[in-house]
Amino acid sequence: MAALLRLKDVSAGYGSFAALFGISLSVESGEAVGVVGPNGAGKTTLMRVISGLLPPTGGRIELEGDDLAGAPSYRIVAAGIAHVPENRRLFPRLTVEENLRMGAYLPQARKHFAERLDGVYGRFPRLKERRAQLAGTLSGGEQQMVAIGRALMSKPKLLLMDEPSAGLAPLVVDQVFELVRGIRAEGLTVLIVEQNVRRVLEVVDRAYLLETGHIRLAGSAAELKENAFIRQSYLGL
Amino acid sequence: MSGAGGGRAVGYAALAALAALPFFLSSYFQHLAVQIVIWSLVYTGWALMGRFRLTSLGHGAFLGVGAYVPTLLWNNYGVTPWLGIPAAMALAVLLAMVVGYPCFRLKVVGHYFALVTLALGQVVLLVIVAAREITGGSLGMTPRAVGHSWYALQLSDKASFYAVALGAWLLGIAAWHWVECGMQRPALEAIAEDEEAAAAVGIDVLKEKLRITALSTGLTALGGALYAQYLMYLNPESMSGVGISLQIVFAAIAGGMYSMFGPTVGACFTILLNEGLRVLFGTHFVGAANTIYGALLVVFIIFMPRGIVGLAERMVARPKPPGPAAPVVQAAE
Amino acid sequence: MDIYLLEAIINGLLLGGVLALLSLGLNLIFGVIDVVWIVYAEIVMSAMYGVYWLYSYYHWPLLLACVAAIGIGALIGVLVHVVVIQPILGSAPINQLLATGGLLFFLQSLATLLFGTDYRNLGIRLPVIEIGDIFISFSRLIAFFMALVGAVLLYLFLAKTYLGTAIRAIAQDREIMGLMGVNERRIYVITSAIGGGLAGLAACLLVLQYDVHPFIGLTFGPITFMVCVLGGLGNMIGGFIAAFIISQIIAVGGYYFPVEVAEVLAFVFFIVMILVRPQGILGK
Repeated sequence: MAALLRLKDVSAGYGSFAALFGISLSVESGEAVGVVGPNGAGKTTLMRVISGLLPPTGGRIELEGDDLAGAPSYRIVAAGIAHVPENRRLFPRLTVEENLRMGAYLPQARKHFAERLDGVYGRFPRLKERRAQLAGTLSGGEQQMVAIGRALMSKPKLLLMDEPSAGLAPLVVDQVFELVRGIRAEGLTVLIVEQNVRRVLEVVDRAYLLETGHIRLAGSAAELKENAFIRQSYLGL
Repeated sequence: MSGAGGGRAVGYAALAALAALPFFLSSYFQHLAVQIVIWSLVYTGWALMGRFRLTSLGHGAFLGVGAYVPTLLWNNYGVTPWLGIPAAMALAVLLAMVVGYPCFRLKVVGHYFALVTLALGQVVLLVIVAAREITGGSLGMTPRAVGHSWYALQLSDKASFYAVALGAWLLGIAAWHWVECGMQRPALEAIAEDEEAAAAVGIDVLKEKLRITALSTGLTALGGALYAQYLMYLNPESMSGVGISLQIVFAAIAGGMYSMFGPTVGACFTILLNEGLRVLFGTHFVGAANTIYGALLVVFIIFMPRGIVGLAERMVARPKPPGPAAPVVQAAE
Repeated sequence: MDIYLLEAIINGLLLGGVLALLSLGLNLIFGVIDVVWIVYAEIVMSAMYGVYWLYSYYHWPLLLACVAAIGIGALIGVLVHVVVIQPILGSAPINQLLATGGLLFFLQSLATLLFGTDYRNLGIRLPVIEIGDIFISFSRLIAFFMALVGAVLLYLFLAKTYLGTAIRAIAQDREIMGLMGVNERRIYVITSAIGGGLAGLAACLLVLQYDVHPFIGLTFGPITFMVCVLGGLGNMIGGFIAAFIISQIIAVGGYYFPVEVAEVLAFVFFIVMILVRPQGILGK
């Protein structure tokens, strides 16, 4: 099966500081793949490189075979990758609905704005109540819903999620992972970066362990759950 | 070190020779020299604030006060400029303090500060125009002429005026030196970099800012006064307002506002360039000279923000020896 | 109330309309791109010359000349951004301020070179309307309404269109605009075009009432900056309100005192207000 996303030997950094060293990974269409690892491992850098916020210093980033490495973000989004950034990054002084509208900025997305908006409101009824509210005034969990909804507005082939559970109350974290499971079940391909190893391994098919810019382990979720190193270092078992 | 000391001595000797040169030149060159020196003083005054990120777009206000006050005192009360000029400087400093104190106290910085100073420059211009009964308004005014008189500071031979102007210029350089070598410079640079941090370290931000402002505006007023005395003509557009304020900023930046002689270089550059363009175009293309000048200024900001002196410094600087490897920094994820 | 005072108040209101339009353009640029175009009034001046030249020398119909002026303003706006601002977007904000200041000088001198320092007038005499004992110039009335129309159109554009929403968004979080599929460079260029176009519109309105000469920018430029800062730099609503406050001070002040004194009063009011509330009326 041809991979939807394939990274080949990707390196990246900030100025003289190198953050990623020769990363290779793949995501098949319809899969949910996780990237776990400690703080400072390079997980967010990985997301930014894939979505074009940070140009890689080497390697290929192939979406359905086309190399997108170094392309500007707006072109990568147009190719079908949507990125839910770390810390949500909503437009605080735009309303919920305006934020969602921004998610549908692409010409091909604008045509279907109304129906996709209904879809997002259907998935997140609470957002529909708050549609005219300024995004900056929402709670953390609600903001996360808007952020995910905004990314879904472009009907992406691949959804990148950067630490969706960060900074949220436990109850809301449950909802977020429920959501990921739901999105996954609908057939959307998801690449999710998380610090919460236990929870994320429950919703993904496969996962990679990223430590200090290198892939240390890779395998199915079941395999990683049984892996002694993971159990010891990240699951506290 | 003696090599550097020797080099510096040669440098100063050359400077002294250059400064003495106009005494031996024709009246035309002396005219240019007087202007260069007076405007160097003004630009140096501005740069004392500008180099510490206190960018004023309204120094025309102090130029105007410096120009008009001694002339009004002389014309209406017969007060000699030797008293009138210090009075004007004091008034200019007072004006700066009145506006500066609340500004600095309330942390008005950056764009807001620049635009407030711009407003101030305009206010002075408008006041001068509004008071047309005593200032002649837009038509301008002249100091009451008494022929050649040191008492009235009206000197018919340019060489004498050049000497006076040179003295004032040296005052400006001395002020710069004082700021450079004292505690003011590191304090002000710290303030320019991060005001909160500077305050946290114990620097009296308000006092330092007020002090440099006083110095800057006083020197500018002095320059304005001398220019008015030299030209024997004042008018609000050339002595205050946005136009002249911007000219001051540009010349200082073009020369290089971070070094002692940068503003002076800026004065040489702009005045000689203007003169050269005027000679080149004559009366044929009015505005051509200034158009080129304006375009050059934009080019300077984009490509040479540290001015001519900054460029020279960079070209002369020796390459740094390789330092220790940079420490590994934790990446922000 | 004294009928002449009422007339002054009304004229102040009408003046406020154009001032508000000017402040909208400047605030748009600052709010979105974070740069103050010191040269803004000179863009207006250039467009005024455009109208004058097309109408008086090439005998274009006035309306067409005005439309062209808006285009000229937009073009200059784009050039300002692409040629001067874009290369130095990363450097200290003061550099950008000063670069546009250099442009001010450049445009003034270029206008002097091309058109000379003479005052030029369209030579159009629009009627003066008499309502009761109050005389209101028709050109001023038109200017007021066109300014309002321009403001409303700008509001609708920013609030209701994708592009307008993107322009508002990029002012709030520039970095992730790419994730929305937005080419941020293009947004900046479009915003510059709109800012310049607004200057062009203001030029059409001003050229009906005033003579044009290379330094006319100095008569309303500083006042425009003052209005913007007073309202909170970058805040379009604040600038709108401040425009009417300042224009009233000038108009009513001009009734009791000479015009220059009235302007001094406005500036002093501004300085005092900024010291009382440094961020401006509606600033953050």
